[in-house]
Amino acid sequence: MKRNYGMAYAAPQALWLTVFFAAPLLIIIAYSFLKKGLYGGVELHLSLQAYIDMANPTLLLVTLRTLWMSFVATLITILIALPCGYSIARSKNQALRLFLVIVPFWTNFLVRCYAWIAILGNEGFVNQALRFLGFRPEGVQFLYNQGAVVLVLVYMYLPYAILPLFSTIDKFDFTLLEAARDLGASKMQSYIKVMLPNIKGGIVTSILFTFIPIFGAYAVPLLIGGKDSYMLGNVIADQLTKTRNWPLASAISMTVTLLTAISVFLFALRKPKEHHIEKDMDPLASSSGGAGRNGLVGGSAEGVR
Amino acid sequence: MAARVHKFGPLRIAALFHARRIVRKGAKAAIGLVPKKALGSNIIYWLVIGFLFMPLVVLIAYSFNKSRSGEWTGFSFVWYQKLFMDSPDLWKAFQNSVIIAFSSALMATVLGTLAAVGTARYSFKLKSYVATMSFIPMILPEIVVGVSLLIFFAGIGLQLGMMTVWIAHTTFNIPFVYLLVSARLEESDPTIVEAARDLGASELQTLFRVIIPMALPGIASAFLTAITLSLEDFVITFFVSGPGATTLPLYIYSMIRFGVSPVVNALSAVMVAGTVLLVYPLRNFLKVFAAR
Repeated sequence: MKRNYGMAYAAPQALWLTVFFAAPLLIIIAYSFLKKGLYGGVELHLSLQAYIDMANPTLLLVTLRTLWMSFVATLITILIALPCGYSIARSKNQALRLFLVIVPFWTNFLVRCYAWIAILGNEGFVNQALRFLGFRPEGVQFLYNQGAVVLVLVYMYLPYAILPLFSTIDKFDFTLLEAARDLGASKMQSYIKVMLPNIKGGIVTSILFTFIPIFGAYAVPLLIGGKDSYMLGNVIADQLTKTRNWPLASAISMTVTLLTAISVFLFALRKPKEHHIEKDMDPLASSSGGAGRNGLVGGSAEGVR
Repeated sequence: MAARVHKFGPLRIAALFHARRIVRKGAKAAIGLVPKKALGSNIIYWLVIGFLFMPLVVLIAYSFNKSRSGEWTGFSFVWYQKLFMDSPDLWKAFQNSVIIAFSSALMATVLGTLAAVGTARYSFKLKSYVATMSFIPMILPEIVVGVSLLIFFAGIGLQLGMMTVWIAHTTFNIPFVYLLVSARLEESDPTIVEAARDLGASELQTLFRVIIPMALPGIASAFLTAITLSLEDFVITFFVSGPGATTLPLYIYSMIRFGVSPVVNALSAVMVAGTVLLVYPLRNFLKVFAAR
């Protein structure tokens, strides 16, 4: 009988994550129920003030706007990513095509943000081009609005959606499409009725990997957006660093966390029914694959079999 | 089966991978099922590639522009000269980034690998706790992680600086290491480990002579992923960084926010070129990873 060293192996990581991840989360849960301190921080008085503050119309509006913008950006991203993933999967040169998707993605996030400022700004590329062509010498304000934020969000998170979609579509048996066509389905019907149900897992993964980071977006609305595109992430940061209302910042963070968790679990709960094979790891781990923030290894857990 | 192949080293993988593809294509061709060109989706794909590259191309073009503004006034290397000769703060930030990236990737790789080995080989009381805790940080929005860490550091009175950035980066890197190494261990043959134990290897000998060599591709890709994530991170670092711990993304942020100098263009161009040079030789492995 061999000894069980499992805990000895896992303890260092468990301890690290308990101290530096679980504890901080518990602290912000606690803070959200405390009274705001005078100069930041909190006082040790139970209070629901933060949650009452959260119900004010301005914040509700920001919450709704954040949901709406995340929804629109995710939808556009997935609609573009689907044919892309398909095209890569059917290509003879998959490695090169993946490489082309990944290169811009591996370029620093802020550099890409800045590139969009250089393109859309008042003195930017598009306005220079318009001026050169003789249009509107005063220039058009493209930046600092919702449209620009959604555009850049789509830009940032497209690869997150393309990679998991590619890895599921690649495993799809394309002869099924031929079969559907032979049996009289139109091209569109064969895609929607035959392929789509088979790649559901990949679609769910890509929705999660675009929606979650977009919902918690901070840097893009900060740099690209204006007053009308302020998102929840920005409100959290402002409450924390400018207004110094830590309980409110905590309460909003909790809301974001909860909404994220709910959406993940809604997806994860319906997943096992579709994929009977993946019963070993917890359903979340397999739905997350390995694409993660780097997206390099989309759906690795799924592909093991 | 592509997974099993892994064990034999990179060249073998590439060769076998290629062979498998040829076989697959050949079989399809033989029964007349060569895929027709996916024309519509190919058009969309190339448009997307154009979309993805356009900003980078514009940046690179601007980096050679003589003037400060968006107007093209002539070709010049002046911003590159400034970048390499006259930007000590930037290089200090770069140095900080590299230090943080390596040290946090190292710490995360050690912790994550050990935990992955533990959960892959044994079942124990807190196993599901370990697995869940290693998963949640990955799905939470970065801003929540950043904010909670900031409040935590303020609570325990830890001064913000390199130390806090290192802790934060290690924390968000651990889940990725754990996931990648776990996936690797899962596809390796458990009987080899059993054999080692049966032949009298101690636990430590088994770990260092059997398990770790076997999981090495996974561990290496986890380490590299961790470095990339750390170099890239802006949001979490933004919250937990303090005086003297400006990383490169934070420095770029302040350049964008407070007075853009075209040095950013030159820096960006260098970073894009660096990425391409770094990733291009790895492209076949990307494919292997992405399509497993």
